[in-house]
Amino acid sequence: MIITLDSIGENKKAKVVSISGGWGIRQRLGCLGIHPGDIITVKKSAIMRGPILISVHGNQVALGRGVARKVVVEAE
Amino acid sequence: MKIALMGQPNSGKSTIFNHVAGYKAVTSNFPGKTVEYTSSKVNLFGEIFEIVDLPGTYSLTSFDLAELEARKYLLKGNVDVVINVIDASLLSRSLELTLQLLELKLPMVICLNMIDEAERKGIKIDVEKLSKILGVPVVPTIALKGKGVKKLFSMAYKIGEEKGIGKTINFSKDVEEVIAQLSTQIKKKQINQEFNIPERFLALKYLENDSYFMENYEEKSNNLFKKIVHFQNILEETHGRQSDVVISSERHHLSMNIYESVVTLTKPHTSLIDYMDNILMHPLFGYISLGLIFYLFFNLIFSVGKMVEEPLLDYFYRLIPLIGKSINPNTLSFSIISGIIQGLAGGIAIVLPYLFPFLFGLAILEDLGYLPRIAFLLDAFLHKIGLHGKAVIPFILGYGCTVPAIMATRILESERDRFIASVLATMIPCAARMTIIFALVAFYISPQAALAVYILNIIVIIISGKILSRLLPEVTPGMILEIPAYHIPSIKVVLAKTWLRMKEFIFIAWPLLIVGSTILSLLQYYKMDMLVNKFFSPLTSLLGLPVVVGTTLIFGILRKELSMLMLIQAIGTSNVAAAMSTTQIMTFTIFIIFYVPCVATIAVLWKEIGSKRTLFTITFTFVLAVILATITRFVY
Repeated sequence: MIITLDSIGENKKAKVVSISGGWGIRQRLGCLGIHPGDIITVKKSAIMRGPILISVHGNQVALGRGVARKVVVEAE
Repeated sequence: MKIALMGQPNSGKSTIFNHVAGYKAVTSNFPGKTVEYTSSKVNLFGEIFEIVDLPGTYSLTSFDLAELEARKYLLKGNVDVVINVIDASLLSRSLELTLQLLELKLPMVICLNMIDEAERKGIKIDVEKLSKILGVPVVPTIALKGKGVKKLFSMAYKIGEEKGIGKTINFSKDVEEVIAQLSTQIKKKQINQEFNIPERFLALKYLENDSYFMENYEEKSNNLFKKIVHFQNILEETHGRQSDVVISSERHHLSMNIYESVVTLTKPHTSLIDYMDNILMHPLFGYISLGLIFYLFFNLIFSVGKMVEEPLLDYFYRLIPLIGKSINPNTLSFSIISGIIQGLAGGIAIVLPYLFPFLFGLAILEDLGYLPRIAFLLDAFLHKIGLHGKAVIPFILGYGCTVPAIMATRILESERDRFIASVLATMIPCAARMTIIFALVAFYISPQAALAVYILNIIVIIISGKILSRLLPEVTPGMILEIPAYHIPSIKVVLAKTWLRMKEFIFIAWPLLIVGSTILSLLQYYKMDMLVNKFFSPLTSLLGLPVVVGTTLIFGILRKELSMLMLIQAIGTSNVAAAMSTTQIMTFTIFIIFYVPCVATIAVLWKEIGSKRTLFTITFTFVLAVILATITRFVY
């Protein structure tokens, strides 16, 4: 099932398919270890459509909701 | 020999720097705290080294201003050795920067920092193998405890003498072919010589579509530009992705391969601190904890400050009449002496008792790694004022001092966000204004009233943020922020940082304070204060304040805490409550909090957001202060 990262539930894993944003966001996410093919675990989701907290390669990253919507993933 | 510390944010560069240079660079547990480079000359092994602590950068393709600064410094080309500091517990990701640094062909040493933290996480690294693969020395360190730092610098010295450079790690065959062809073209045109960097590095940057190099280049010759586009297209066609994604994925794979070949994974040791996020980042308990932490923090500052302020003030104000017995109170020398004493007293008795517990507590929260968590919790709220979660970091630093807060806005990606965050940061009551809130409002009215001042301040900032983001309607780019692991703060580092920040008050503000009180004494002696007060009388009468307050407002522009201390001197008593009503105390405080930033802030604003916007900020805050203080006069 192909969806965006913001709709993955807490404690669920997903595999990155592509990043639909522009150059800047692709590079930025790449630097934090988020590339197509990487496995992401969603750990927390803040209230009021706030950011999500993910774990990738043993590292925690907070992504704003708008950013998470640009990460296309395959849910496990 | 010039040694530059380069690495990803929060990898411990400043900690290593401080270990050899003394505590000069502020360290904290959040990514991106170093926004400017700090350098220091250090004598090691009988040799003078210039050590440069660069801002952290995730890659050599830079985005924010701090990262750009690091890259620019490195490309300038007069660094003898690069120490690439890596957080060993994040080895695979960190290697992506290492690979780019290797492409620069500079003498380099790798520092595997926080090796203890990596082992705790179950990551065991074969140091020798890593060194063999990359062709550069690798030194494991625990910078916080100083372990391995000496060896690191002796290795850096050796490499600098030998001018030893590492290996070039090759990408997939087809990608290498494209790189080789583009490199040849670049070499033929001698473009790389202008930048003074290896042609392979430049070729990669072109394939990555790096805007800095592309822009610099486009003006020069269109022939090569067409070729770059041609090669980018080749990569896109063969890989089915944008060429920058092809390069970054290649680097990612290489890093993963190196990581897998040098690391053995064992079972991680988890400790209580790893579970803290279950509460501190919880959708409900997270906010309750946030409120509780700040409430306790507020109480700590007040109780410590009050305990010290009362006896000290008493002591100093008994001193002045004593001097009056030996020197005639109507002479010039008495005026000068009492001015100096009042300046000294203000610093010791009024400012320091509140400043120390505040800075100490802030340092603990920073080193623990709590600030990025606040950014996570408040992101949704900050979107309501047109910013995102990361803006919390300059705001919280703003409670310490406005100058570093404005510098910290560099971690924000868009110019508009930086502008809004800078203006709002000037309105946050810094430690100087905090002492006014505590020493006047909390001390003479009540702690609840002081808390109310803080809450009112936050409400005003929210409304101003809303107004500014309406005036500049642009979508904020969205937050991408690393949340580092918690670290138990080291008491030594916390004290060193508190001292570094207090030095600013002791060596800059305090002398100013003493000079200020002496000048006021002189003005009073020659009855010149009347003129100043008369000039300000339209304002003071509008706000319903005593006319003598006029002079203090000028001093407040130099340093905010000056206005309070001058106030005490101007009204001629240390017991403010005797000369001013609670309404007047409140009005005065509200006005001081919001009106015109201090000189140091104006200077840094000028540099960061430009003259026009600085003048806007000054006018905006002045008008706001007058309106709010007038309302306070009639409502409170």
